[in-house]
Amino acid sequence: MPKNAKLMQGNEACTMGAIAAGLQFFAGYPITPSTEIAEMCSEELPKFGGKFIQMEDEIGSIAACIGASLTGKKAMTATSGPGFSLMQESIGYASLCEIPVVIVNVQRMGPSTGMPTSPAQGDIMQARWGTHGDHQVIALAPGNVKECFELTFKAFVYAEAYRVPVIVLADEVISHMREKVVLPDPSSYKIPMRAMPTSPAGYKPYGADPDGGVPLMAPFGQGYRWHCTGLFHDESGAPSGKAAVADQLLHRLDRKIEKNVQALEDYYVESMDDCDVAVVSFGSSAMAALSAVRRARKGGLKAGMLRLKTIWPFPDQAIRRLCASAKKIIVPEMNLGQLVLEVERAIHGKAEVIKLGKVTGELFHPDEIYKALKEAF
Amino acid sequence: MRTEFRLSGSGGQGLLLAGIVLAEAAILEGKNAVQTQSYGPEARGGSSKAEVVISEDEIDYPKATDPDYLLALTADAYKTYGPLMNSGLIIVDSSVSLDAEIKARTLSVPILAAAADTVGKKVTANIVALGVLGGLSRLATRDALRKAVTARVPKGTEELNLKALDVGLGLAAQSGTPAGSLK
Repeated sequence: MPKNAKLMQGNEACTMGAIAAGLQFFAGYPITPSTEIAEMCSEELPKFGGKFIQMEDEIGSIAACIGASLTGKKAMTATSGPGFSLMQESIGYASLCEIPVVIVNVQRMGPSTGMPTSPAQGDIMQARWGTHGDHQVIALAPGNVKECFELTFKAFVYAEAYRVPVIVLADEVISHMREKVVLPDPSSYKIPMRAMPTSPAGYKPYGADPDGGVPLMAPFGQGYRWHCTGLFHDESGAPSGKAAVADQLLHRLDRKIEKNVQALEDYYVESMDDCDVAVVSFGSSAMAALSAVRRARKGGLKAGMLRLKTIWPFPDQAIRRLCASAKKIIVPEMNLGQLVLEVERAIHGKAEVIKLGKVTGELFHPDEIYKALKEAF
Repeated sequence: MRTEFRLSGSGGQGLLLAGIVLAEAAILEGKNAVQTQSYGPEARGGSSKAEVVISEDEIDYPKATDPDYLLALTADAYKTYGPLMNSGLIIVDSSVSLDAEIKARTLSVPILAAAADTVGKKVTANIVALGVLGGLSRLATRDALRKAVTARVPKGTEELNLKALDVGLGLAAQSGTPAGSLK
């Protein structure tokens, strides 16, 4: 057994991933099933000069994170459905103002207060479209405890590189589950750093290549003076109502992610090459799915598993490429059918897409997915 | 081979901790282990369930599907999860009256009484139960269980909990149930 093998909880691994990526500021309002992240941040961050603040609510939490990020700190908050709903306005602000921030949403049953201790995956579309207006987000869905570490780390890499809010879209099962994990050697971490200007002279806070360029970000408090507004703005940061400015800004923000969809793709595949029926899933549902797919294969059925780690931007091309041999695609998810809509859109009639939703507040049993597989063959 | 444990009872009995320690002891033995839980919104009371899956191989599905061992410390837990048992073994606290409708092999063990009387502290029932499960399943040695208990229990309570562990291991040995897989 490797010496550093440890029983670790998903929320613990998530926090450690954030700290490994250079987390310096956490503001949050504890909520089940994400609370352990806040608890651990409150213990760990002060040990190396980081800051933890328990805010009055989730609106304040994300606003504080945005403020910290503007001063150059890596900032994160963690919440669940009800808190994620409250954060939507500021997610839009961070999108338009291009402020890196990481938001962990450990999904539970909703809407509203729902079932606080029960797992769900009903926030897929909220993560994409929760805030108003055209915008892009990155959302990553860990499928086991180790990935809670890896994808939270990656969330910081992407937030800093693209200057966008990045959502870690976990769920109660993944985040509360404990499993044996061997974390990578800390010396192997390449800590993400945002691109910064070298001098305040001539600094244009939103000056960038119109085709998806990412502007250099000057930290507040270090001699740079710039305007950061949720109004549409020109290269100088000053508000602008000009049609051409708005058009160019929104297109640049869109292209920033759209042209990097393939760089952002991340998934786990098993037995997809020759599969007749594919299962496309994510998060904890994919654990039940993988068990079912393996059972089907053992029984001679050509089933395949594709588990998405990057949910947004949706990897259309990867779905089409990886599901090329599939005649049918089953999409198990703990909601009434959200990811399935995207799979249908990407597959565009090339295979029959079968919805398999579950909203009992319980994780799928492998038998449920196996049954769907048997019916599909 | 995959072995599944379901530890059930009432919130506050420490079954989650017992599950964590069992999983950690298995990891110390070089095995893979996954622990999950389900519980209500209450901090105390309400039903509580912890599950542990231990295997030499990769564990793809983290929850118990057909438990090898069900621990039930309350009548509610016994009535809820007992009927779901097939070839696995039910370990129920002696304070719970048995139900003829629950057909799976059942061992009635005085876990709560042993914690209160033999160990001398009611709150150690979870670690007594851990000893019973460890002794019956033999998936972790006494040594590994002792190490795992010491690492997880509150400082200053190590000796008390190690005593509770031995009381549990003793109850398993006295039960006359052969150790290892039951399926």
